Amino acid sequence: MQRTMSDRVDIVLIPIISLFLAFSISALIIAGIGEDPFEAAALMVSGALGSAYGWGYTLYYATNFIFVGLAFAVAFHARLFNIGGEGQAMLGALGTALVALHIPWPHWSLALLGCGIGAALFGAFWALIPAWMQARRGSHIVITTIMFNFIAAALLNYLLVNHLRPEGSVAPGSALFPDAVHLPTLHDILSPLGFAFSKSTPANITAFLSVAAAILLWFFLWRTRTGYEIRTFGHSENAARYAGIDPFRITLIAMGLSGALAGLMALNATMGESERLILNPTEGAGFIGIAVALMGRCHPLGIVLASILFGFLYQGGAELALWTSIPRELIVVIQALVILFTGALDNMVRMPIERLLARSKRARSKA
Amino acid sequence: MTSTPASTHASMPSGQRSPNASPPVSPPAIELRGISRAFGPVQANREIDLSVMPGTIHGIIGENGAGKSTLVSILYGFYQADEGEILIDGRRVDIHDSQAAIAAGIGMVFQHFKLVENFTVLENIILGSEKGALLRPVLAKARRELMDIEREYELEAPPDAKIEDLSIGQRQRVEILKALYRQARVLILDEPTGVLTPAEADRLFAILRRLRSEGKTIILITHKLREIMEVTDTVSVMRQGRMLATVATAATDIEELAERMVGRKVSLQIDKPCACLGDTLLEVENLHIETGTETPASPLAGIDFSLRAGEILGIAGVAGNGQSELLEVLAGYRRAKGSVRIKGCEVALSGSGIDAGSRRAAGLAHIPEDRQGVGLVMGFSVEENAILGYHRSFGYGTGALMDRSAIRSEAKRHITQFDIRPPDPGRAARDFSGGNQQKIVVAREIGAEPDILLIGQPTRGVDIGAIEFIHRRIIALRDAGKAILLVSVELEEILSLADRIMVMFGGRIMGERPAKETDERELGLLMAGVV
Repeated sequence: MQRTMSDRVDIVLIPIISLFLAFSISALIIAGIGEDPFEAAALMVSGALGSAYGWGYTLYYATNFIFVGLAFAVAFHARLFNIGGEGQAMLGALGTALVALHIPWPHWSLALLGCGIGAALFGAFWALIPAWMQARRGSHIVITTIMFNFIAAALLNYLLVNHLRPEGSVAPGSALFPDAVHLPTLHDILSPLGFAFSKSTPANITAFLSVAAAILLWFFLWRTRTGYEIRTFGHSENAARYAGIDPFRITLIAMGLSGALAGLMALNATMGESERLILNPTEGAGFIGIAVALMGRCHPLGIVLASILFGFLYQGGAELALWTSIPRELIVVIQALVILFTGALDNMVRMPIERLLARSKRARSKA
Repeated sequence: MTSTPASTHASMPSGQRSPNASPPVSPPAIELRGISRAFGPVQANREIDLSVMPGTIHGIIGENGAGKSTLVSILYGFYQADEGEILIDGRRVDIHDSQAAIAAGIGMVFQHFKLVENFTVLENIILGSEKGALLRPVLAKARRELMDIEREYELEAPPDAKIEDLSIGQRQRVEILKALYRQARVLILDEPTGVLTPAEADRLFAILRRLRSEGKTIILITHKLREIMEVTDTVSVMRQGRMLATVATAATDIEELAERMVGRKVSLQIDKPCACLGDTLLEVENLHIETGTETPASPLAGIDFSLRAGEILGIAGVAGNGQSELLEVLAGYRRAKGSVRIKGCEVALSGSGIDAGSRRAAGLAHIPEDRQGVGLVMGFSVEENAILGYHRSFGYGTGALMDRSAIRSEAKRHITQFDIRPPDPGRAARDFSGGNQQKIVVAREIGAEPDILLIGQPTRGVDIGAIEFIHRRIIALRDAGKAILLVSVELEEILSLADRIMVMFGGRIMGERPAKETDERELGLLMAGVV
């Protein structure tokens, strides 16, 4: 489909202006607590993007956000507000850990496949229960998926403390995964090609996997019949029923896929980084996924870009907290402002811009 | 305040034909000068000039997409004109939102009523002009004023009845009262008769004449030329965003108006050969809506009929008497009890077996009443809408994948065969006019070459040119030996298209007549439930 100019404005210009506003207010706040906002910005940029080390972390975070962002988006295309990405990703971590610990994998590539299947199935399972309850019993998916986040956290806690904790360990965490399960990091991948990438960062091969997932999801939504049905259902449930699309089937497919994608986040966080199951393996990424997906207009490309931005905010924010007296909490404020402007206040920027463009276009057509 | 005209007009001297101002120089109640408005590349209004004299009923006609709605929206402050000015009673005003329009004395009655269903009439009337924190004194004051208004204009509405208990005609009167309560001197009505029975429409016209005699100015937007002829003093014709002409109604006739509107001669008369009947394709027996999860608002209470190849069976009736439910049951997305046979085969009406897809496979297509909410996905392009419901068929790809080029060429075929404008298969359905949206649906459903076609309100909100076109297509389908079930609230349409006519009232069939042997009066009585 060809993009019109207004589409381009919608996708590129408006997010940039929103970001600019969010950063401007952040700068005012930083100036307000007596720090230099320009110095802070420079520190964030150099910390997140100025070195291979910084990029390593930025990409690691971005990979998490891509998976959970895609997860939110696929459900959202069916107008299902899945805010259970956090819990589904936790279950994915559990699935990953069980597969990694209990099967003697000969090679990391097979382990990646096996753990991927485990993570996706566990994540999908956790999403399918609320999906079924919504489709059959009318329990609202927003409520049930929130609840399932808590249940997932409690379940993980219980299993880690009582069943998965190795003999003699006092920390609630599983045993370390065997060496054969160790995923190649970006350092491992890039150094044979002559790029020296930081050894000490967790960015790993799943970064590519997340981009592949974004491409596949795009293909699924816009090139397959089932994707068409999901989007139809999301746009208009009445039109979907008219077209003979079964709401039950679509709800289950969209949510199952959503849960599976959320679960796959564990490949990066659990298999790639911690290499064992820990308490809170998601660290809130599931919720960032919602913001990322909304900012990216639920389009895979937008989600990838928004994920990198949030990866930058995460890593740059950590650097900022480390090197300045700007408290860690302020980073959350900046992130919140970005979410506020790109998500909630979207129309505040959109409407004046559209009016301005319409006016300039008329002026041009007249000239 | 309307009850005390003197005080009202004291603050607005120019609108009043006061004794010391000589009548010829009384300025127009509404005057538009050079109004232009564009939406992206579409120029919806181009340099519109219009003046409406006080105390007249002025009609505005035009095809869908001609710019009538935009013009009215500018007048009511929903959109701002890019250029041009608005004068009310000879004074320039800036109408930047609907509050400003109300303050300028403009009232609007929308096609789709803006009433809160579970509020009373009185509560709806004060809605938006409550003024003050406590409701009780406002309500008491409003009740007094309402009674004055009702007396003055002979318009009555039960103040304490809930909107949901009122008939459509009554709800419309509440909308009119609401505008009068806000001291409207100019009343704009957008397609006001679309949902009314013929009797209710006559009632509305009587009210409009009464308002005119009290000095109100009325602007009537409609596509029904007959109404224009019946009730207006002057009429303006719009086409492609321009105001073509304003003429005295008495000096023109329906044919001339239609020709001006469309820009060419149109035939409003439908000539069709006699029905050449074939096999019975659809049999319906004792159809009931399943109670329970379905809303029992207008259930079907035992419907029986059969439909043969080569005929058009029309179902007349005021909207909301079960016609919509009947279509939904037949099309396979609403549960029911009873028996439906398509080409002799019993189809499932309840349980998980019901599904619109299998009905399509059996050769039944459906043009739904609500094209925007049901027949189209507004955010989808023409291409994507061209396959809605048929997206699983083999022509559009193999296996799980869709064949984009096959879909595109199908959409292009629809565009050329049904003259969909603009001819852009990538454009979203919501960016088309109502008539062209309907053509997208009709093209898809007729293009599927069904044996049975269910049609709901084929020409609602559709312009004359497109109506003529769609009617010819329906007749051609009938002459090709297909069975057509036509539901419409437009009696004229039913009378000219159908071979047999059934009237529905309260979920039952009140009677059946051959189209040649009945007339609007007889059908109107059946529609009102009088046997």
